[in-house]
Amino acid sequence: MRETFTKGMARNIYYGGSVFFFLVFIGLTVDTVKSLPKTDNRENLTAEVIAGKRLWEHNNCIGCHTLLGEGAYFAPELGNVYTRFGESTEAIKAFIMSRPVEGIPGRRSMPQFNFTDQELEELAQFLKYSDGIKVARDWPPNIQG
Amino acid sequence: MKYKSQSIAMLYFIAAIGLFVGQILFGVILGLQYVIGDFLFPEIPFNVARMVHTNLLIVWLLFGFMGAAYFLVPEESERELYAPWLAKLMFWIFLVAGALTILGYLMVPYATLAEITMNDLLPTMGREFLEQPTITKVGIVIVALAFIFNIGMTILTGRKTVISLVLLTGIVGLAVFFLFSFYNPHNLVLDKYFWWFVVHLWVEGVWELIMASLLAYVLIKVTGVDREVIEKWLYIIIAMALISGIIGTGHHFFWIGAPDYWQWLGSVFSALEPIPFFMMTLFAFNVVSKRRRDHPNKAATLWALGTAVMAFLGAGVWGFLHTLAPVNFYTHGTQITAAHGHMAFYGAYVMVVLTIISYSMPLMRGQQAANARAQLFEMWAFWLMTIAMVFITLFLTGAGILQVYLQRYSDAPMTFMATQEKIQIFYWLREGAGVIFLIGLIIYLISFFVKGEEVKMVERHAAEAAS
Repeated sequence: MRETFTKGMARNIYYGGSVFFFLVFIGLTVDTVKSLPKTDNRENLTAEVIAGKRLWEHNNCIGCHTLLGEGAYFAPELGNVYTRFGESTEAIKAFIMSRPVEGIPGRRSMPQFNFTDQELEELAQFLKYSDGIKVARDWPPNIQG
Repeated sequence: MKYKSQSIAMLYFIAAIGLFVGQILFGVILGLQYVIGDFLFPEIPFNVARMVHTNLLIVWLLFGFMGAAYFLVPEESERELYAPWLAKLMFWIFLVAGALTILGYLMVPYATLAEITMNDLLPTMGREFLEQPTITKVGIVIVALAFIFNIGMTILTGRKTVISLVLLTGIVGLAVFFLFSFYNPHNLVLDKYFWWFVVHLWVEGVWELIMASLLAYVLIKVTGVDREVIEKWLYIIIAMALISGIIGTGHHFFWIGAPDYWQWLGSVFSALEPIPFFMMTLFAFNVVSKRRRDHPNKAATLWALGTAVMAFLGAGVWGFLHTLAPVNFYTHGTQITAAHGHMAFYGAYVMVVLTIISYSMPLMRGQQAANARAQLFEMWAFWLMTIAMVFITLFLTGAGILQVYLQRYSDAPMTFMATQEKIQIFYWLREGAGVIFLIGLIIYLISFFVKGEEVKMVERHAAEAAS
């Protein structure tokens, strides 16, 4: 690098630039958090949904599935599974319930988690709530996720 | 090696390499599960194997960063480590906590692990990469604080160099942003938004500070180039990393329910994220070509140059490939993301840790560099692992492009599972490349035990270097 560009200038760009953009980021975060009520479907955040989210976490569903595109890429996207399953929480519950314990020979299988009826309802309600989040451009591009 | 306490790094590096081997073995298992769906089912389901694969990566990179800091900081500060005993103690705490966590993943169902570690008291588990039980997370914080204290005191009471201060900033940032892993709101959008404060601000933020400072340190050592020149590069690289990377977090906010303006901000700023990596490449090659000595550790120089190139390709180019919102609309959460993740982590963080190990291990074993035969083995390992990773990335990219077309772009979109069947061939090829990677890793391990004639430093004169 040229001698006219000194180490001091580089240092100032580093400190100035990172502090400036970090402050901008904090500002944008405040704005985002303020505007989330319009999109994040918090009105449907019931006790059942909250319990469903905990079940989702405690069974590490994200280790195979994506939810709003984030997670593992081994199993289908679930952010729109409620729509994909014909807006039926019953269909979601039936699917989870019917997984064979020993899996399906040669194929990827979802484990059998032995959920109670109550737990199945909570999970299904959580997935319904997730589907209700208003995502930009209504991602994913189509119903297949 | 000038200071006795630097040798604590060896413990950390041995643990890092051991866990690296575990990570790759589970990677090969995962690759096989992609094509033989019921492989090891239900004993080790995919989600468990993946958790082990990714968590081992994170833990061994942290071991690597800590080892690097314990090696580099005493020398930069021109004094012994502030509290060597603390570094040793933390090593064992971290190793035991890490091992217990991984065993927990493998021995009991995840829900049971959540129960016995009382996750309900402070629920933090079950989110990607942050699967560790809350108690493990608390352990990580304790280890990180003790580490920062130890390194910080060494730096503050000794000579302060740009390299050690940038490293310290990176480490403090790492600890601070990890605190967001304890925030797990019921609201999924908020959860996702702040989850990225750990994940993105680590790997596309403060970890880049750590990476750049380690690279700068090794380059000073192997090339003998003037510190002033290297420090100027270091500042401008990390400046660009943070200027692009902080707002660049926005590229994760496109489709999670955050405001639409993130599509513009995230696209524009993350499109700039390749710049610091490109500068790293320029920096590394520039400095090596102007070297004032021919360091006998050719392998370390190779790793340093390789890091710069592969980080640029993996993090820079493959990141840019799918970072613009209109493109990401189709590629988000597909094998394209997996392709990018693999080469970016390998190119930036795996390779920089292997660079510092390559440079420092011989010194800790009382040599300037490993003997010529050992270095030959190490360089074979470098090429095998690196080329294998390039192919893993290319095959996953192929899989991803096809997946996007079949499942999201064509006029008659197929289901996820039907699409997966269609792209099997790419998964088989990826598994093949993964096995080559494992072979490279085995050769890497062997390189530490290969005997041969010792090699010595040759200083270059300035005039000769200029010619």
